Amino acid sequence: MAGRKDWEVVIGLETHTQLTTASKIFSGASTAFGAAPNTQASVVDLALPGVLPVLNKGAVDCAIKFGLAVGSHIAEKSIFARKNYFYPDLPKGYQISQFEIPVVQGGSLTIQVGSGQEAVSKTVRLTRAHLEEDAGKSLHEDFAGMSGIDLNRAGTPLLEIVSEPDMRSSAEAVAYAKSLHSLVMWLGICDGNMQEGSFRCDANVSVRKKGATEYGTRREIKNLNSFRFLEKAIETEIDWQIETLEDGGKIRQATVLYDPDKNETREMRSKEDAMDYRYFPDPDLLPLAVSAEMVAAIRASMPELPEAMCARFMAQYGLSAYDAGVLTGSHALADYFSATLAAGAADAKTAANWILGDLSGRLNEADIGAAAAPVTPALLAGLIKRIADGTLSSKLAKEVFAAMWAGEGDADRIIEAKGLRQISDSGAIEKIVDEVLAANPKSVEEFRAGREKAFNALVGQVMKASKGKANPAQVNDILKRKLG
Amino acid sequence: MQNASLKQLSAALAAKQISSVELTRLFLDRIKALNGDLNAFITVDEGFSLAQAKAADARLAAGTADPLTGIPIAHKDIFVTRGMRTTCASKMLENYVSPYDAHVIEQFSAAGTVTLGKTNMDEFAMGSSNETSYFGKVKNPWAREAVPGGSSGGAAASLAARMAPAATGTDTGGSIRQPAALCGVSGLKPTYGTVSRFGMIAFASSLDQGGPMAKSAEDLGLLLNVMTGFDPRDSTSLERDKEDYTRDLDRPLQGLRIGLPKEHFGEGLGADVAKAIEAALTEFKKLGAIIVDISLPNGRLSVPAYYVIAPAEASSNLSRFDGVRYGHRAPEYGDLMDMYKKSRAQGFGAEVKRRILIGTYVLSHGYYDAYYLKAQKLRRLIAQDFKAAFEQCDLILGPTSPSVAFDIGAKAADPVQMYLNDIYTIAANLAGLPAMSIPCGFGNHGRPVGLHIVGNYFTEARMLGAAHQYQQATDWHTHQPQGI
Amino acid sequence: MSIELKDVNHIANLARIDISPAEAQAALAQLTNIFALIEEMQTVDTTGVEPMSHGIEVNQRLREDRVTETDQREANQASAPQVEAGLYLVPKVIE
Repeated sequence: MAGRKDWEVVIGLETHTQLTTASKIFSGASTAFGAAPNTQASVVDLALPGVLPVLNKGAVDCAIKFGLAVGSHIAEKSIFARKNYFYPDLPKGYQISQFEIPVVQGGSLTIQVGSGQEAVSKTVRLTRAHLEEDAGKSLHEDFAGMSGIDLNRAGTPLLEIVSEPDMRSSAEAVAYAKSLHSLVMWLGICDGNMQEGSFRCDANVSVRKKGATEYGTRREIKNLNSFRFLEKAIETEIDWQIETLEDGGKIRQATVLYDPDKNETREMRSKEDAMDYRYFPDPDLLPLAVSAEMVAAIRASMPELPEAMCARFMAQYGLSAYDAGVLTGSHALADYFSATLAAGAADAKTAANWILGDLSGRLNEADIGAAAAPVTPALLAGLIKRIADGTLSSKLAKEVFAAMWAGEGDADRIIEAKGLRQISDSGAIEKIVDEVLAANPKSVEEFRAGREKAFNALVGQVMKASKGKANPAQVNDILKRKLG
Repeated sequence: MQNASLKQLSAALAAKQISSVELTRLFLDRIKALNGDLNAFITVDEGFSLAQAKAADARLAAGTADPLTGIPIAHKDIFVTRGMRTTCASKMLENYVSPYDAHVIEQFSAAGTVTLGKTNMDEFAMGSSNETSYFGKVKNPWAREAVPGGSSGGAAASLAARMAPAATGTDTGGSIRQPAALCGVSGLKPTYGTVSRFGMIAFASSLDQGGPMAKSAEDLGLLLNVMTGFDPRDSTSLERDKEDYTRDLDRPLQGLRIGLPKEHFGEGLGADVAKAIEAALTEFKKLGAIIVDISLPNGRLSVPAYYVIAPAEASSNLSRFDGVRYGHRAPEYGDLMDMYKKSRAQGFGAEVKRRILIGTYVLSHGYYDAYYLKAQKLRRLIAQDFKAAFEQCDLILGPTSPSVAFDIGAKAADPVQMYLNDIYTIAANLAGLPAMSIPCGFGNHGRPVGLHIVGNYFTEARMLGAAHQYQQATDWHTHQPQGI
Repeated sequence: MSIELKDVNHIANLARIDISPAEAQAALAQLTNIFALIEEMQTVDTTGVEPMSHGIEVNQRLREDRVTETDQREANQASAPQVEAGLYLVPKVIE
């Protein structure tokens, strides 16, 4: 890896998010993924002679939602423009997009870089977000030197989100991408399925000497559809740029693709072919007017945003910034937490610990979402109740959790079935303590001789004798009393 | 019968003096006799038309007929039709059959009319003489060595030669009005947004309008009643209450203020045309109209502005003709780039290529502000001129064309000479105003002269009324070419 | 502004239209004349004038988000030059 201490990295991200509308942005064809080729391409999507675009209100609503969530300005009037170029997956020979006047202007996203206690907050400014249509797909296999064009995807609504070049490392870029990914799913405007192409990032990367005020020449890495590739591609590009400059070379503006097999970035289009898109306002569409009423209606329908919910969890329940942050990382998890409290779990911190610990662990292992967990919020609340009321020790609670996950019923049932009820009857505990003291004279002697460890050994013996069910606090008290 | 008005034909059909099948056959026979020479039609399909006529007869018998049920209409080969090819007079679409009908075609179908055939035109509507058609030139029935005008030359010729009782055309810079003038028939371009452009192959989207062509203003009104109406598939289609365009036909012209732009009566206007226009104005005065001098100072910029805006929009609209999904694909090619370039070079004629080059150029990097943007600003000045003028007058009259029909080939060498033909008609397209042309006499070589009428937005009924009153007091519109 | 032969070739390339040297030469002459016509626009001062894109002063109508189109692949592909397994075939697309 090239030495970086003299260099500053500048990164901006352009993210294409497919919006979760039922129909396409300019036609009434379906946007559902996975249909047979060209069965979801209407005459409008195919650009047959004489067809015209009509704008989908759902796509506009999604854009407004996003704009409100990032604190941007929603343009009262924005214009659709044609971006002209020839490509087989672009039926009209132009893409309908927004150029000079986009619907969402400005805004920002606050991200957490790093994890746990070392996490650092950073605000990334957004330049804009605009509506446009997606292109179709080229399939390169099986056609004897020809490519097969499927236009099902042509016309799917996209919100292109452009950040300012505020990021200074691949870690920041990934944190931003993850945060954005989380947000658009939280808002319900994008399903976030990166394998299906719902969320695609282009990274603009340049370097400059530390302290320099001018930006270096940037190269654009296109179509990164996983966070891992995003990180590796940026890293490899940074290395290449620094090496090139340190060797006395120059960076030429280019569009590049990341090759994961070779872990390198490779130029896609040379300078001569630099596209002249000949942007002009689309005469088939009229200005998009977004009224204050429309914005107010969308605002009223929006869910509580993750930042606000996070702050609320911290204030209302005393959760740490980190815990609240993870809980509000996904709508499903936040909902699970709220539901657990609503089902009667009195202590929010205990609930948070169970959710961030045991539950999350098992969710990740099974690769399912919180909503699909076999242990429902009600079941978890029940378990927490039994710990709180002394019926169950925390240690045995883990065993009960595992049994609930396996579908063996609720906490009470399992406690009964496995006989895990905590022993809190002091008389019973005393009996066991007496037996243990009698059976372990050596440990008693060692404790009396001043060795604290002997006490723990005796506690361990009592717990063992009670099959873990003795109330640990009471065991402690009684042992102390009997040992004098 | 071939000279009958639409009202007369409708009455005859209702009275069972003639059936739709018989009427359709009558015109099909005339086409058979005359089209070999005049070349007004690109496609005629007798079986197709007669089947529709039969269905119309059934409606007439059942008493569920509309005013125009059973009447054959010639449609400009720019409106897509299922079951009959749509070529746009281009090799690019020589065998293209649309899977859907244009909105205008659907309207006529619902009204129970019969599609008589698809009329010849300048290729992709680019031209003023119908000399650029891939399917050969159209001859002016008044003088076989002369052009019929364009781009709706075939429609105008079919009416003049009594091959059809009514026709549809499209007008982007004068393409309904100018051929109407040169062929001694009537034609109207409605207010922009009145007739849906869905299924009307796009030339210049912000200027194109479909409109009726016929032998009289009264006929135009009846056709307009069918052609207009909101279409949700066209974003530029206006939602307005349905109106009866024949409602003002009998309204007296007493006090009607007629504006004469001083700029239209100067240099460039043929003396023979000026004479016929003067005579028409005298008639209007006799009918009670008042002549007012007005000025349209920026009118001279309408031709340059038009020849920036129209080619720019067209160059983009025609990008979809790439040989991928329909239309001409070169029989031999190497790679993708080669396929594009050859298919388009082979498929498009010289004038179309010229306009694509102009349009591509004015939109290209660095030229947008000086050309496209500048032209759109001039457009606003031109529209403002009209706004001011219409405070002083109700209708603006003048010549439709600076000369009568010129000889075939006379202006083919210099495109600019051809473009200057549009000098009086273009401004109405730029402003989106309704405009029409009606016959008002004859000029050099006995060729027809057309009177141009421009109205304020949505005043078609008033315009038709004035034209109708004139046509009651004169008989220019009843003249027909000798030997037809 | 004057236009040169290399401009003609550049635009023809952008527009994806093959032109022969002879055609380019002829186009150059004609385009030069046309651009002389267009230059007239510069004789009018348009400072402060808003560009006008349509004759109508209306805003974009919004369509309800509903699926209204069914599978019409067969009808839509009837005029296709080359189709296989429902896909439009073109020479291989190289990135």
